[in-house]
Amino acid sequence: MSTKLTIPISEEQARGLKIGDQVLLSGVMFTGRDAAHKYLIDSFVKGPCPESERALYEHLRKGLSGGVIYHCGPVVRKRDDGKYEFVAAGPTTSIREEPYEADVIGHFGLRAVIGKGGMRDKTLAGCQQYGAVYLHAVGGAATLIAESVKEVVDVHKLDFGVPEAFWEIRVEDFPCVVTMDSHGQSLHDKVREDSETKLKEILAG
Amino acid sequence: MQDITEHLVELIKSTSTDLSPDVEQALHDAHEAEERGSAAQGALKTILDNVRMSRESGRPICQDTGTPNFTIWHPEGVSQRALTEQIKNALRIATEQACLRPNAVAALSGKNSGDNTGIDFPTIHFHECQQNDLRIGLMLKGGGSENCGCQYSIPSSEFAASRDIQGVRKAVLDAAFKAQGFGCAPGILGVGIGGDRATSVIKGKEQLFRTLGDSNPDPELDAMEKQLYREINELGIGPMGFGGKTTVLAVKMGELHRLPASFFVSIAYMCWADRRKIMTIRNGNVEITAP
Repeated sequence: MSTKLTIPISEEQARGLKIGDQVLLSGVMFTGRDAAHKYLIDSFVKGPCPESERALYEHLRKGLSGGVIYHCGPVVRKRDDGKYEFVAAGPTTSIREEPYEADVIGHFGLRAVIGKGGMRDKTLAGCQQYGAVYLHAVGGAATLIAESVKEVVDVHKLDFGVPEAFWEIRVEDFPCVVTMDSHGQSLHDKVREDSETKLKEILAG
Repeated sequence: MQDITEHLVELIKSTSTDLSPDVEQALHDAHEAEERGSAAQGALKTILDNVRMSRESGRPICQDTGTPNFTIWHPEGVSQRALTEQIKNALRIATEQACLRPNAVAALSGKNSGDNTGIDFPTIHFHECQQNDLRIGLMLKGGGSENCGCQYSIPSSEFAASRDIQGVRKAVLDAAFKAQGFGCAPGILGVGIGGDRATSVIKGKEQLFRTLGDSNPDPELDAMEKQLYREINELGIGPMGFGGKTTVLAVKMGELHRLPASFFVSIAYMCWADRRKIMTIRNGNVEITAP
């Protein structure tokens, strides 16, 4: 019942998804939370790109084009060989990135954002305009999601702290559900409306 | 005062990594009840797989290991000060061992203390009891679910609610609706009825220590717990808010005396993981169990 999707994702693939679709995602993605989004907006979207950030900008542009940002502050362990491994990597609540996300999607050509709890109108409009989706990961499935991270390829802006840095990770069969698609549909809005109708019936009955 | 720091570390690890059997059973039943192939069923399968993997690997079920809330039932003569120190040390050790994420940040500056200790962090409640054994309850309550909790003052300007069990029902239904799936549904609601603004919330959180399948000794509250469980699930919010049959695993309620002028109803929203364990130390034997 799940659609397998590999990064980079084409616009056609993104627009082919609809709310309720279950996805198994593979490929290289980046984590990004509050500090990361503010950095992307301030340094790159608003521009001009500071010279000191140019190398990272080029790298992010390549990786995020057709790519994915995952709202996650992981628990990470450094191995004896110096490489990092993800210990726990469940999603964080996405709504905090609502002011930034549509602009980040537009500027970098993101095809998906993964998180928890959904996002609102500005992001939904951005998904429609640019051809992207919001993927909802299972909250609390921290070990399982960490297991889907096969390699920590790199980490950028570690000075933001471990939870806030850009972790560049290769994942395999990361399970998530489309809850906002590129056709203006949000499962969160639909469930809210249906549950509100139900609530009125229960209170009346 | 005996040094039980290492046992406290075990309690923390168990609470963080090993799901309680009553919760696992409830999640399993919810999985079976969902429509085949639905996103709701898929989410519950992912949850159950995660629970198994966490238990086997000794890793935290969820990366948000939450606020540690300790409740201690102890005989006369136990030093609260000494136990508090041991608890703080155990938290530091558990954080170093990655059983806990460093989760205590200064309110204004946002600076992380790094070791899960801070001002009034963790929370510890002591109760002296007429017993010989020492019982230490630990609940780990994450931020996503905590943000879904709320407190009503009835009658409310938002909805018509009388100062009775029906008014309480309306408040709980409203809270469950507003929470949608944001607290990592299917959740467990702990409801405090009465009290002042502070004790009302504490009573609600205390309910979360109850076994999911238990009954309330008060028949009126027991009936309402079961009714609300049914009605909230009829809302169809479902696991993670994907739409589905199980929105709550249980509703648990507790009453306390209040002022005539105040009637607070406090709802503590607990995520599906419902992380809580109790350590009992009796005659030198240590046992960690689920409620």
